[in-house]
Amino acid sequence: MTNTELRPGGGPTGSEEIGPPQNKVTSAISHVLADLGKNGIFVALVLVVALFAVLTISARGDSILLRPQNISNLIVQNGYILILAIGMVLVIVAGHIDLSVGSVAAFIGAISGVFAVKMDLPWWIAIILSLAIGALVGAWQGFWIAYVGIPAFIVTLAGMLIFRGLALVVLGNSNIGSFPAEYRAIGNGFLEFLPIDLGPRSSIDLVTLGIGLIAIVALVVQQIRTRVGRQKYGQDVEPFGWFIAKLVLIAAAIAFFAYALSAAKGIPVTLIILAVLVLIYSTVANRSVFGRHIYAIGGNRHAAELSGIKTRSVDFWLFVNMGVLAALAGLVFTARLNLAGPKAGDGFELEAISAAFIGGAAVQGGVGTVSGAIIGGLIIGVLNNGMSIMGIGIEWQQAVKGLVLLLAVAFDVFNKRRSGGR
Amino acid sequence: MADNILEMRSITKTFPGVKALQDVTLEVERGEIRAICGENGAGKSTLMKVLSGVYPHGTYDGDIVFEGEVLELHSIRDSEAKGIVIIHQELALSPHLSIAENIFLNNEIKGRFGLIDWQRANSEAQKLLDRVGLREKATTKIMDIGVGKQQLVEIAKALSKEVKLLILDEPTAALNDADSDHLLELILQLKQQGITSIIISHKLNEIEKIADSVTVIRDGKTIETMAKAEITEDRIIKDMVGRDLEHRYPDHTPSIGEEVLRVEDWTAHHPQDPTRVMVDNVNITVRRGEIVGIAGLMGAGRTEFAMSLFGRSYGSRISGRAFINGKEVKLHSVAEAIENGLAYATEDRKVYGLNLIDDIKRNISMASLRKLEKRGLVNDGEEFTVANEYRKSMNIKAPTVLSKTGKLSGGNQQKVVLSKWLYSDPEVLILDEPTRGIDVGAKYEIYTIINRLAAQGKGILVISSELPELLGICDRIYALSEGRITGELPIAEATPEALIKYMTMEAPAEGRS
Repeated sequence: MTNTELRPGGGPTGSEEIGPPQNKVTSAISHVLADLGKNGIFVALVLVVALFAVLTISARGDSILLRPQNISNLIVQNGYILILAIGMVLVIVAGHIDLSVGSVAAFIGAISGVFAVKMDLPWWIAIILSLAIGALVGAWQGFWIAYVGIPAFIVTLAGMLIFRGLALVVLGNSNIGSFPAEYRAIGNGFLEFLPIDLGPRSSIDLVTLGIGLIAIVALVVQQIRTRVGRQKYGQDVEPFGWFIAKLVLIAAAIAFFAYALSAAKGIPVTLIILAVLVLIYSTVANRSVFGRHIYAIGGNRHAAELSGIKTRSVDFWLFVNMGVLAALAGLVFTARLNLAGPKAGDGFELEAISAAFIGGAAVQGGVGTVSGAIIGGLIIGVLNNGMSIMGIGIEWQQAVKGLVLLLAVAFDVFNKRRSGGR
Repeated sequence: MADNILEMRSITKTFPGVKALQDVTLEVERGEIRAICGENGAGKSTLMKVLSGVYPHGTYDGDIVFEGEVLELHSIRDSEAKGIVIIHQELALSPHLSIAENIFLNNEIKGRFGLIDWQRANSEAQKLLDRVGLREKATTKIMDIGVGKQQLVEIAKALSKEVKLLILDEPTAALNDADSDHLLELILQLKQQGITSIIISHKLNEIEKIADSVTVIRDGKTIETMAKAEITEDRIIKDMVGRDLEHRYPDHTPSIGEEVLRVEDWTAHHPQDPTRVMVDNVNITVRRGEIVGIAGLMGAGRTEFAMSLFGRSYGSRISGRAFINGKEVKLHSVAEAIENGLAYATEDRKVYGLNLIDDIKRNISMASLRKLEKRGLVNDGEEFTVANEYRKSMNIKAPTVLSKTGKLSGGNQQKVVLSKWLYSDPEVLILDEPTRGIDVGAKYEIYTIINRLAAQGKGILVISSELPELLGICDRIYALSEGRITGELPIAEATPEALIKYMTMEAPAEGRS
């Protein structure tokens, strides 16, 4: 403030420089770059897929990774991690962590075995009861975290031991197997309606393709509506060409995906569950008051409190939600193996947490998206799958995954520092 | 010529956008006790930070001459090596360590093999404790002794470093009378032992008691230095506040209406120590269109009062009644307070006011998301429109409302905070240090906004450490001291001298009020 002269009645005269006017081309390019930066995680997934698609080219000349059957497997094998990642990213955005989800999944899997197999309850009652118990588990942990004020790290570390122990108690030193077919379907089922034979051992399901088409149309309509909406309220929108290019790329990816599934066994039930969850949770996170409160709390808990946000209640319900999703993951996993065992869910928490962080969530909270966590989970899934196909041992898989997590977060930190966000 | 232990010559220190110190000269004689006075933000602490090496050589202009030698300090360690030790207002002791461990922290007494000789450390510490008159064992943990004793430990720590010049930053601010007296005695004793002291203080009575001379700083400049014989309270106060009040504040013609807020017998206790009264039977009223100030020194309980009122965000054992528009309201949670028409903009925007990693739009809507809810979802477009309206009406300088609030200047951040509260449509706005850390031009804008809100019929309660600010914008001012309202002055009768008298009024012992 070298200029100490006061300007009564005037206010400051120096208006803010917003930068020199750019011409259309440079502004389009900068927009694309900014977009790529923002969607870096998506680009990373594409690169990982491309890398392993090349690395797994078989003697027959096709890529094993991209074979329809393998793509179908990828979803089924990672479904439960992705379900956990959805809940986990919200917990992380609020500035917490949940280490107990693997144990809770095992515990609920065991309990569902008691309901569905030992007590022979109808499968749907068994599932509803199991999810309800998951909610209770979440309420238990949420109580200690939100209302007693014990850090989530401690509460869920305790929960990790408690529910692993309880899982063993429920199983009583044995496995529970032979679940009813309907129950098994949530982990192992496929919806196939109109398979058309295309020669020996090859068929294609029209309904799956149709659903893929519907998904593409829905996406395009939704994107266009958002764009028009933003324009109506005078917000900036991306250049039209880039918008179209992005849409075409994503539509092509969905089309390929739908083709792969239709050529394999049809749509996995797990994928349907996942799709519904992603839709619901993305909306909750972005557009509901509850979701906004999660971000506000993670960004600055004090400010959120002083803005009238009931931080404790939000924390509590977040963990109830996590409990339900952990239960659901436990059910899907148990259904897939057709077995509730003591080792179920081992290490799930680490994969779910990694997925959230690779997907751009910030350790300090306040940042993270459901779609990011899903993509992060897919990156881990593709790494697992690709390395397995290549015959890389489990020891190296672990090391590589650890490195990827570290690099992803380092990249994020670097990016923020460069943009001056600190 | 006098034997000066310290000469600070033409010290100028600039922060981005602010000249904190301008050509400050300070000469301290060997063996004296020098008091430094000045309002909050006058530059006292900055000057002491320059002297103690917190702001290293090269980040300021001018010279520090200590015992005839020009100092080039690069850290606190350097200044301590020369015998200059500063004791900050917030004590820098580690609560879980013992007294001895704290005294010798980073200055450990080492024995054989470079290991710490605890026997000797404890016995040395005990000797130092005797010297400062603290009867505690050197092995007692810091957390087990009171603030007054902790202050003595800090001095013992300074003595362990063979201090020649001791700087105390408001040493008695957090102490009760007995502890204060003891501390002042001790400083006089140290003087006998040849230790020079600089004491920063607001309390004029203690300055008169122990200081040999007083230097007053205002707006980053030394105003004058008085010898003991010349010290009078009036003269100090005049030096502290005597600035031109013209044209810093927009004109304000109050149109005052009905009473909108009344608080009766409001009392709150310390959150951790429920026996300590922080807010003591406060009674205030605010009328529509009226700008009411609360003046008080740091620690007087201003923020504590405001936050305890605002949904019990501070304190324990809160009692008292609050009325809005004549109707008694319950304010048990922030949500309830907002619902009843209260808004509170905090003194520390960055820590308590804003989500710095999120954009302007979402910060503005944070306290009123329910208003934007349609069929269970937040209406993004509406939110954008609302935020944009505030950006224009409040003149928030940012390219779009999607800019992150962390990247805005202090003044613009404050406008976002104000927008957030305006959108919640309050009856009464409590503004805690509304212009702290904001440059002069932006201050003027904030004052204009405050006037506009008053003109719209809101009740406004302004808490500020800057008396000229209160005198410049308020219609009526309460003075708060040690948790109590000690005076109430309409603006026509309010003078800095009168306010400071009330603000420094000690807690009325029984019978005095």
